Amino acid sequence: MITVENLTKTFQGVSALNGVTLDVEAGTVLGVVGPSGAGKSTLARCVALLERPDSGAIRVDGTDITSLDGSALRAARRQIGVVPQGDSLLRQRTAAGNIALPLESAGVPGPQRRTRVGELLDLVGLTDKAAAYPDQLSGGQRQRIAVARALAANPSVLLADEPTSALDPETTGSVLTVLDRARAELGVTVLVVTHDMGVVRKICDDVAVLEQGKVVEHGKVLDLVNNPISRTSSALLPAVDLNPINESAYDRVADVVLVGFAAVGALLPEAAHRFGVELNIVGGGLTRLGETPVARFRLGLNGERSDSALEWIGEAGGAVQRSLKGPQGVAA
Amino acid sequence: MRSATPWSDVISYLVEATGETLYMVGVSTVIATLLGVPVGVWLQLTAKGGLRPNAAVHRILSFVTDLGRSMPFIVLLVALTSVTRLIVGGSIGSTAVIVPLAVGAIPFVGRLVQNVLSEVHVTVVEAAITTGASTLKIVRSVLVRESMPALINAIGVTVIALIGYSAMAGVIGGGGLGDLAIREGYQRFNDRILWSTVAWLAVLTTVIQFGFTRAARASDRRRHASV
Ligand SMILES: Nc1ncnc2c1ncn2[C@@H]1O[C@H](COP(=O)(O)OP(=O)(O)O)[C@@H](O)[C@H]1O
Ligand SMILES: [Mg+2]
Repeated sequence: MITVENLTKTFQGVSALNGVTLDVEAGTVLGVVGPSGAGKSTLARCVALLERPDSGAIRVDGTDITSLDGSALRAARRQIGVVPQGDSLLRQRTAAGNIALPLESAGVPGPQRRTRVGELLDLVGLTDKAAAYPDQLSGGQRQRIAVARALAANPSVLLADEPTSALDPETTGSVLTVLDRARAELGVTVLVVTHDMGVVRKICDDVAVLEQGKVVEHGKVLDLVNNPISRTSSALLPAVDLNPINESAYDRVADVVLVGFAAVGALLPEAAHRFGVELNIVGGGLTRLGETPVARFRLGLNGERSDSALEWIGEAGGAVQRSLKGPQGVAA
Repeated sequence: MRSATPWSDVISYLVEATGETLYMVGVSTVIATLLGVPVGVWLQLTAKGGLRPNAAVHRILSFVTDLGRSMPFIVLLVALTSVTRLIVGGSIGSTAVIVPLAVGAIPFVGRLVQNVLSEVHVTVVEAAITTGASTLKIVRSVLVRESMPALINAIGVTVIALIGYSAMAGVIGGGGLGDLAIREGYQRFNDRILWSTVAWLAVLTTVIQFGFTRAARASDRRRHASV
């Protein structure tokens, strides 16, 4: 759906993007994360057609959009809904008036415009705020209106740069819900730039980690969490080493990652039962990635068949990340 | 010692001069707004970071604008005599003053407008760009509309400045309040006319200023707690 190929951008000798390659499948949400100054906004601005890259291509449905001009450029912009970083609503227009702006730009006639604005207010849950001005809305409400505006002209791509950075956790949830609905109900492909791994945890299918203008990690969130050395797994999964444990109390100590309802619910008790081992959770915990429960536990095992139990957990879909005590590489 | 001018005469002097002033200032403000706003828009569009940055055009436009603003009005008044005659068919009287007043005010308005438009946040403008809006659409719906309160105030400032300039209208027989104060009041040692005119000018400018401030506030949708 969107592919970014080898994108570079330099500002007065400062390299902001240094060969960025990415792709976002149609109807999925990609989170671009990374520390401040990594080049996230520059990437977002290139995709939003606010900045021209020095080289490389950005394809939407196969067409390179980086070198367009005039009316072709404006048409391409309509294909990409943008929620810019920071306050971006017209303060002299109502919420409804703000949402109508892209429709006016596209020449949609008045009656249809009103209908469409009504649909979008409904989508973002702010029908009762149609006549409110931005100064009468909370930060989260303003941001939801900005999302509605970005979606007004039926773009195939929605791009949001730090849509939740100025918001408290509760309001953040309401904005993320709206982004998620855009994907689920409108089938929009979403690219969200954020420094907050919580955003990735809640709505992203895929993640790309950007550092110093380079993609250092890119893939499906659920795959990356299974990879013990990925930045994504260490950032998203519960910490296993918060409390020091007495290793001598166990025959084996290992970290396991379990994904999905079945795995999280039944796998460990069943392993203990099958192999007649004593299995203790000594660290870690449970979290959610989108709708999927994911756990990372540090296990302390006692019993002759502890290695077999770990091996079985690995085969049954858990990822045994590390054996702290016992033969290395018991299961992969 | 001659007796003071009767109050009834003072008032009729004031009424006539007020009419002349409002006529000169009103018409020249309309003209200066119609021509000065586009100049301000053009200055802002071509400025660095504007929608159509163009250093060469911007520099020339800036130079002409600043030259126009630094020209003393009295010089403009006499220098434009032939132009005035061409446009209004004569070079004296209130109507003739309108030409130099408007010409002098265009660069003044242009600079004020550019300053006002440059205050619109870049994020807001960029958000409009990403909707695929044309430059004209962004100028109208974003730059000008978002700045409306400040633009109305800028026009108010222009009106007050033009009332000041119009005091020199007497040089070419334009009349008006300034001329009344100088010719009938100051030069003829008529304190009653002089100070009545001064007081009336103070009232008039205050009222005008107040009117523009109110209009600006009425056009402002920020901080209206009406929902
Ligand atoms: N317009 C610009 N002019 C100069 N340098 C810029 C500009 N935009 C970004 N940069 C630089 O590019 C780098 C990446 O910035 P940015 O994309 O904003 O990072 P992020 O959004 O990840 O914090 C930084 O070093 C920043 O200073
Ligand atoms: Mg940024």
